[in-house]
Amino acid sequence: MNKDPQPPQSARAFLRWYCRPRLLEDLEGDLYEYFIRNVRRKGLPYARLVYWLDVIKFLRPYTIRKIEPLTFLTQFMMIGSYFKTSRRNLVRNKLFSFINVVGLAVSMSVGLLVIAIVNDLLSYDDFYEKKDRIYRVITHHQNDGQTPMDLASTSVRTAQRLAGDVPGVENFTMLRNGFSGDAKVGQNTFPLEGTWADRSFFKVFTFPLVAGDPATALQEPYSLVLTEKTARRLFGSTQVLGKTVRFDTLDYQITGVAKDIRHLSHIHFDALLSFASWDATIGKKQDELYNWDNVWSNYTYITLAKNGSTAGVQRALSRISAEENKALIHKKVTLSLQPLKDIALGRKLSNNMGPRMEPTTLWIVAGLAFVIILSACFNYTNLSVARSLRRSREVGVRKIIGARRSHVMGQFMTEAVLIAFLALVFSFGLFLVLRREFLALDPHIPEIFKLNLSVRSVLSFIALAIVTGLVAGFLPAVFFSKINALSAMKDASGLRIFRHIGLRRVLIVAQYTLSLVFIATTLAGYSQYKGFLNFDLGFTTENILNIKLNGADAAALKKELSEIPEVSKVSQSSMVTSLGSMYGFDVKYRPNASTPGDSALVWVNTVDENYLPIHQHKLISGSNFTLRPEKGKESELIVNQQVLKRFNIAGRDPQKALGHVLKVDGQDLTIIGVMKDFHYGTVENKIEPVMFRYSKSEPWGYLNLKIASTDLAGTMAKIESAWKRFDKIHPLKANFYDDLQDTPAESEFL
Amino acid sequence: MKGTNLGEFEELVLLTIAALAAEAYSVAICDELERYTGRSAKLGVVHAVLNRLEEKGLAKSHLGDASATRGGKRKRFYEVTHAGKVALMRAKELREAIWRNIPGFNLEGSI
Repeated sequence: MNKDPQPPQSARAFLRWYCRPRLLEDLEGDLYEYFIRNVRRKGLPYARLVYWLDVIKFLRPYTIRKIEPLTFLTQFMMIGSYFKTSRRNLVRNKLFSFINVVGLAVSMSVGLLVIAIVNDLLSYDDFYEKKDRIYRVITHHQNDGQTPMDLASTSVRTAQRLAGDVPGVENFTMLRNGFSGDAKVGQNTFPLEGTWADRSFFKVFTFPLVAGDPATALQEPYSLVLTEKTARRLFGSTQVLGKTVRFDTLDYQITGVAKDIRHLSHIHFDALLSFASWDATIGKKQDELYNWDNVWSNYTYITLAKNGSTAGVQRALSRISAEENKALIHKKVTLSLQPLKDIALGRKLSNNMGPRMEPTTLWIVAGLAFVIILSACFNYTNLSVARSLRRSREVGVRKIIGARRSHVMGQFMTEAVLIAFLALVFSFGLFLVLRREFLALDPHIPEIFKLNLSVRSVLSFIALAIVTGLVAGFLPAVFFSKINALSAMKDASGLRIFRHIGLRRVLIVAQYTLSLVFIATTLAGYSQYKGFLNFDLGFTTENILNIKLNGADAAALKKELSEIPEVSKVSQSSMVTSLGSMYGFDVKYRPNASTPGDSALVWVNTVDENYLPIHQHKLISGSNFTLRPEKGKESELIVNQQVLKRFNIAGRDPQKALGHVLKVDGQDLTIIGVMKDFHYGTVENKIEPVMFRYSKSEPWGYLNLKIASTDLAGTMAKIESAWKRFDKIHPLKANFYDDLQDTPAESEFL
Repeated sequence: MKGTNLGEFEELVLLTIAALAAEAYSVAICDELERYTGRSAKLGVVHAVLNRLEEKGLAKSHLGDASATRGGKRKRFYEVTHAGKVALMRAKELREAIWRNIPGFNLEGSI
């Protein structure tokens, strides 16, 4: 005979859960009787459905279990006893406790590191008083027929338009990066890099001044605000208000001393120069820097008025964009707002200032930490369940004395949480070591992360320990609380363990799976990273050392370096390609005199005649630049295939394209060579039109050294000493491509 | 007082308990009510009324023996308490008193 039909298990469980114990038994019986009747009359599925409906219908005030304050009270009173018993258990089973504590501690230390990292990222720009009202104006730049760009920077024109009273904007300020000069103080010279900022800078951002008036410090041209650190470097003291610093021929007066920036901020500066100084020095010479579409180097921030709305300001920005775009041809520049808090942890923008992390990356890192901790929790569960033989008697006695299921669960949960807290103590020690190692991993990391303890991070640590304990202890607690008191006392031998072997097997399999997932992710990430480094960029980067020049004409240094036997070749370039930096020009092409011509943005690098051979750029047609005397007028250009494609030069035939003329920067330049496409931006960027211009001297660019050596340290020492003879002020800045590739790239535009 | 009042359906259920004597448990009461009234008596309703009657002290219950037909669950048998009996009698007397006061009311012939 078949087994009798049964009502749905879940419905019964639900009924048992909510129903008062006194009413439960006969109610269950009644429902069962009806269920059997329904099965006979209308079949099993119908009967099961009706059973479910009945269970739900019986959910009434008089059937629902009363919450018993007494249970809570006893649980509360029992906590002390749980702790006592847990402590005794931990001490009694030293090996077990040790393994568990260490296991959890190792994985929790990773969790602590991740928490500290996340905490840092979340607390970026947290110290500004008006942080909730500060927005950055960002730019969407669209050239017809090219991929649009989203930029963190805006034009000077934007700020000029904002000055025309935009409703909802309380204040706005403009920054410009890239001041670099040699500061002369008395007889000494110091290299100094700075940021131009306009007079409202301190109204928007909270950077307290130890001396000087924030309202006027950045008002006049040739005003300079130093941080305390810079002041000490230049003058040996912070009492420098009113003193002057000479750059080239210009005297700057120190109008303020700012406290050092100790917080996590996306804005960092050693010195601030008044924006008026920029107007008077650089801006004066180049009118086009004030153009609406010159959006490459300025950063504009606004504070929203207390009663202002982002929607209102956005409307105004859209209106301004539309008005200004009328004057542009084949191009659109639109502005929008980005909340301050989205800068460090938001979407990718070109020309970004300060560190930024993709939220997805954050989730992946947090996910990995979660996997590690979860697998340690499973480990704990396994070990606890494996010891069931020993503990089941204890549970049996407890139950006979009158412990309820919830009491036994409380006991085991407390034990797990206690172990997790012990693990927290150990893992905190490990975390301190990990933190040091992590910060030492790369010189850039300490600039981005501080990983200091804060109230929030400490609370998160404690929360992590509690959650870990609860997760680890949950299954053992359920398992032990289910033990039947009588059978545990009667026969606590083998039987019990083997009955739950299924659960343990599942856990072990899950644990191994998680470990495999973790290993696979790490390996995949690593190979991805390696692939990035070994990616075929379209030219070679192997053994090429790039030395940043600091405004000096490098002929002497070049000669000095060429004498080092390990340096096989030296070339010069204005920039290092494939790292994310991009410089561009608007280029015009006219197939013949009668057509109006077509213009487009073409990326540029300015190189000498040795650059192409060293980097093994492949010329498809034409020839390399030849050495020319310095004074000669620039006339030649080497372009990539994309340029031919973009302008449709000579039907894209590299041979026939030679001799065609492009107008760059007001000059007519003749194409003398066509090279194979390569990655000018990073590997992630699309391959776009690129041209190489010729220059023998790029004082603000780089020397590219081809190194042929087995003793890298020795060679570097020789290069270093050559540099020291050449430039006594600036430290050597030299990097191999591979080292540069994984550092955050700063994009700059001409 | 809450306990003194006896609703119509409560009265019917209480009477059914009395009629069923030793076999008065929820499902049997439902069936019996259906038989008397010709309308279906929902377990949910009857169960609530039984619970209320017990609360008012008009009925009392005890669990019977386990039987396989109910999935091993015991039945809860109900019986009318003394207070229940009093309440039933009072309800009956009340009706009769009113009946007696209706002059010349005759249902004969209309059935």
